[in-house]
Amino acid sequence: MGDAVHPRPAVISRADLPALVDAIRAQGYALLGPTVRDGTIQLGELGALEDLPIGWGDEQSPGSYRLHRRGHARLFGWAVGPGSWKQMLFPSRERMWSADRTDDGFVIRTDDTDAAQAARKVAFFGVRPCELAAIAVQDRVFVHGAVPDRSYSARRERALVVAVDCGEPSGTCFCVSMGTGPSTGPGYDLALTELDDERGHRFLARGGTDIGAQLVRGVPHRDADARDHAAADAVIASATARMGRQLDTTDLPALLERTLESPRWDDVAQRCLTCANCTLVCPTCFCSDWVEVADLSGDHVERWRRWASCFTLAFSTVHGGTVRASARSRYRQWLTHKLGTWWDQFGTSGCVGCGRCITWCPVGIDLTEEVRALRELDRPGAAP
Amino acid sequence: MTARRPTLAVWKFASCDGCQLSLLDCEDELLPLAGTVEIAHFLEASSAVVNGPYDLSLVEGSITVPSDIERISQVRAASRRLVTIGACATAGGIQALRNFADAPEMAAVVYARPDYVRTLSTSTPISAHVPVDLELRGCPVDKGQLLEVISAFLAERRPDIPSYSVCVECKQRGNVCVMVRDGVPCLGPVTHAGCGALCPAYARGCYGCFGPMDSANMPSLLATFRACGVGDDGIERMLHTYNAWAEPFRSALDDEVDSR
Ligand code: SF4
Ligand code: SF4
Ligand code: SF4
Ligand code: SF4
Repeated sequence: MGDAVHPRPAVISRADLPALVDAIRAQGYALLGPTVRDGTIQLGELGALEDLPIGWGDEQSPGSYRLHRRGHARLFGWAVGPGSWKQMLFPSRERMWSADRTDDGFVIRTDDTDAAQAARKVAFFGVRPCELAAIAVQDRVFVHGAVPDRSYSARRERALVVAVDCGEPSGTCFCVSMGTGPSTGPGYDLALTELDDERGHRFLARGGTDIGAQLVRGVPHRDADARDHAAADAVIASATARMGRQLDTTDLPALLERTLESPRWDDVAQRCLTCANCTLVCPTCFCSDWVEVADLSGDHVERWRRWASCFTLAFSTVHGGTVRASARSRYRQWLTHKLGTWWDQFGTSGCVGCGRCITWCPVGIDLTEEVRALRELDRPGAAP
Repeated sequence: MTARRPTLAVWKFASCDGCQLSLLDCEDELLPLAGTVEIAHFLEASSAVVNGPYDLSLVEGSITVPSDIERISQVRAASRRLVTIGACATAGGIQALRNFADAPEMAAVVYARPDYVRTLSTSTPISAHVPVDLELRGCPVDKGQLLEVISAFLAERRPDIPSYSVCVECKQRGNVCVMVRDGVPCLGPVTHAGCGALCPAYARGCYGCFGPMDSANMPSLLATFRACGVGDDGIERMLHTYNAWAEPFRSALDDEVDSR
């Protein structure tokens, strides 16, 4: 994929959007995208455009998620659900290799079904801006690290990204604070803005790569005019004004570094279940356990990778015991890594402001609230 | 493989046999198992009994009658490794509800001639009586975990039995959280993993079959249950099941009431 700039945004009508999907399929991509399943908007294989959450919206708040019908037929009138593209690139459970005993030793196999899966060309259709930013964060870990991860890199290389600006943020979104949304940042092949006004239901389309630009050229479209751009700007401005949450990021790593002994950590530890949900739904969390399994004969072994979490005791268990035994130390580890030390490690924030950890925490712990409280207590003269 | 096959024994105390049946349910794996270990004592599967010592003893059931106490120390003495299987052996089981009540009074209600019944006033886990090498959770145990324990034993490695919450498995499986989506109380956040988040996969809250996880925060979860509209009775019903006697399930409700 080239990095050429494709400055001529086009407009594709709602009626012509299926042609875009057909064009993507014609290039050999399997289509993955959002769809309503189990009462939430989740990611999965899409049969047709009609599988998108058309007319659906979501209400999200700390520890709560509800779907509802909106009074329109927009395709993208919702914010992110419980799943993220992480599950496509870094599956929750993956066999890394297996080995079999032979007469004179053993053989290792890496040519599993997983490799075949990884070789599939897939189109991520309907990636929200915060998710695009999250993919870039994980790319830094899995692709641009000292040792690139084989299976993640293989999947990532074959993924076509069709991003969609956000018009309907949820009650837990704060991408504006994190600088990741609600308009799409860099890294897409194709970006869309859904417009639905007196000029009709249509999509402003911008190619970010040659492939993306080609796709647009291949479907019926017209050049975007000033009014289309103004309409798109209005969508973004309205979403920006309706963020559910805010996080003041001023000097955040430094704030966290000097508040390590804040009483707020004890407060959150009383509420935190150390259940790990926040880390597992987080689109940037990348930690994994590597586990060996053997059958009863001991002649066949497999090495699996599965999602891990710094909220578990096992995560910091070394010879002699667990380093982070208290809930306080585990919550603190998570928050200070996500918002602070991630910068030292990878040069970015580990949080993109998607709000999942807030919505999907069973007891509704809200990191923006925690940071606000840490800041309050840190103010000169604040009561301890 | 060593020349002598390790010997496996399966013992039963007060229980429903469900966990032993989980072992029998491992049809595909049992045949190779029979080739790898010598099943020396397993009344559920065969009537031949071999005297100890045993390399690995799997113990099902809790201690509920005086003779159990004697028998479990014999089993322990005859076993190199002793693994409890299931909620009864690990936590006292559903029969430990008697621990919260007056056992003789209960016997009088249930039996026509309670004087024929010789029973302890409590149902207690095996670990209350003898040292245990590993406690396998669940009501019943998960057959995959059971095979993992046996495989690990044969390879002399540590078994992969994570003690974190059911939520971890729930998310790995791709379930949608019933607490967040439906406001349904779920014991998953305080419950030990092992079932693969079975109930949430069918849109139900976790019942806590695998007992408490390694760092369960009961007060916080119970406060959220109350916010979902669950009262004292409901909370007591949720906690008073197969692992009722296991801390911190055992005193969670009392602690919470005390602290109010
Ligand atoms: S955080 Fe921003 S980009 Fe992400 S879903 Fe919400 S509005 Fe969209
Ligand atoms: S920390 Fe929370 S809000 Fe930030 S990216 Fe992760 S899940 Fe989203
Ligand atoms: S912050 Fe919430 S989701 Fe995360 S471990 Fe604590 S209770 Fe679980
Ligand atoms: S459904 Fe239950 S087990 Fe699953 S994530 Fe929610 S609280 Fe945890």
